Amino acid sequence: MADQLAQWWRPYRELIGSRVRSQTAYRRSFALDVLGSAAVGVVEFAEVYIIFSNVDALGGLDFAGVALIFALANLAFSLADLVVGHLDELPRYLRTGTLDAFLLRPLPVLAQLVTSDISLRRLGRTAVSMIILAIALPLNDIDWTAGRIVLVGVAPIAGAAIFAALFVCAGAVLFWLIEGAQFSHAFTYGGNYAATFPASIFAMPMRVFFTFVIPSAFVAYLPTLVLLDLPGPPGLPQWLGWCTPLAAVGIWAIALLSWRAGVRHYTGAGS
Amino acid sequence: MAAAAAAFTNTVFGLIRAYITVAAIGAAGGELAGYSAAQGVTYAFLAQALIGPVHIFGWNELAERVKTGDVAVDLARPVDPQLAFYAADLGRAAYSLIPRGAPPMLVGAAVFGLALPNTPLPYLFGAVSVVLAVSVSFACRWLANLSAFWLLDVRGVTILYVLTAGLLSGHLLPVHWFPGWLATLAHATPFPSMIQTPIDVITGRIQGTEAVTALGIQAFWLVAMLAIGRVTFARGARKLVVQGG
Repeated sequence: MADQLAQWWRPYRELIGSRVRSQTAYRRSFALDVLGSAAVGVVEFAEVYIIFSNVDALGGLDFAGVALIFALANLAFSLADLVVGHLDELPRYLRTGTLDAFLLRPLPVLAQLVTSDISLRRLGRTAVSMIILAIALPLNDIDWTAGRIVLVGVAPIAGAAIFAALFVCAGAVLFWLIEGAQFSHAFTYGGNYAATFPASIFAMPMRVFFTFVIPSAFVAYLPTLVLLDLPGPPGLPQWLGWCTPLAAVGIWAIALLSWRAGVRHYTGAGS
Repeated sequence: MAAAAAAFTNTVFGLIRAYITVAAIGAAGGELAGYSAAQGVTYAFLAQALIGPVHIFGWNELAERVKTGDVAVDLARPVDPQLAFYAADLGRAAYSLIPRGAPPMLVGAAVFGLALPNTPLPYLFGAVSVVLAVSVSFACRWLANLSAFWLLDVRGVTILYVLTAGLLSGHLLPVHWFPGWLATLAHATPFPSMIQTPIDVITGRIQGTEAVTALGIQAFWLVAMLAIGRVTFARGARKLVVQGG
């Protein structure tokens, strides 16, 4: 069993290893890239900071609460971005015929695409969000039960799974909309942007959209309601905060189905 | 197709940003730094509408041409490279004004209602201000791209430029909301001339001599950045060695 698993994992390990080596080959260039990625997190947090330099509360949460949402959402997004953030470049793979080569190899196309460009530089953003999380957690008044401790560990991972599924959905759509990479950003980057703020600020239709269609409220806002023991706004009861893993499973089912439909729709680049 | 996709994304971000703005203004008691909820929403959608024409996000055409050596062709042409690229950029902006600008404005008007002036003068000044905003943006992007003469990989510069421009131009939030030190920092750069100033002029937040002064500041940054860009380009071109023929 363990042998089989090692056998299955070997090609992926080789692929990922080669990506890691190639990205870290030029140390200074890599350091600059990591710095750039960290700066993305810093500037995004600046938006929260600027708002709270003017007001004391946003969507029923204070600065510490919104910082916690921001940290959880950004941590989840940066992890997803690290692994699958390049899926919106699918049109480039399609045009250059790289995908045709992937189809000939005895590994799943999605797994090959994912391992073809793991972007380690995005760890810069992960680091920034972890620092903000480490500061925001003690700032909040949290009654630490066993359930909440588990939740704070599970939420970023399930959240990363949600964002990763959104990237896969967006990639699948690009099999049809070759020029539409920007279109998919509305759901991936837009989902991230919506997730970093309390969903209570949205009017009802938007709130439902960013919870049950694009499940970005599940990433950070709903778990934060549980952590801080706050009642949710109309339409979003607090107990939904425990359902982030379920939301991740649901959106992954949709992602894999759409990906399969996309690959089947693809008929080759003529190469 | 690409323009429609981009306009769609700009509109979705406009909606999210408008709700954030409304929530912040509501929390401040209905008015924040002179913005009512309607004015805040108008600001958010105008900022989204200007993304395409002003092009505050990445542009690395020149950097690519330096990297590949194609810039040698530009140098050999009997036109000034900077002015030629500038003219092309104005054309690009004019083309993207309606396809990229109209969808966010229409959705904003339909969902929230926008607070726009009823008199023609702000729009007249606003048109001049948008042209200047595109021009200042071009001059700054030109300069950022020139780093390709000295660096092997410009991705780091591009990312830092996009982030700085996005924040300090007022694209994310109005510069008027910034805490004092950050506002001072922003005003020491050409970035507010790209988004904050044109929106201030179009919405009539600044009028009369104030508006003329704002246009003057934009013109100052345009001349200054174009001049620095010229000198830098000349220096870069002198050290450039393109191999092959």
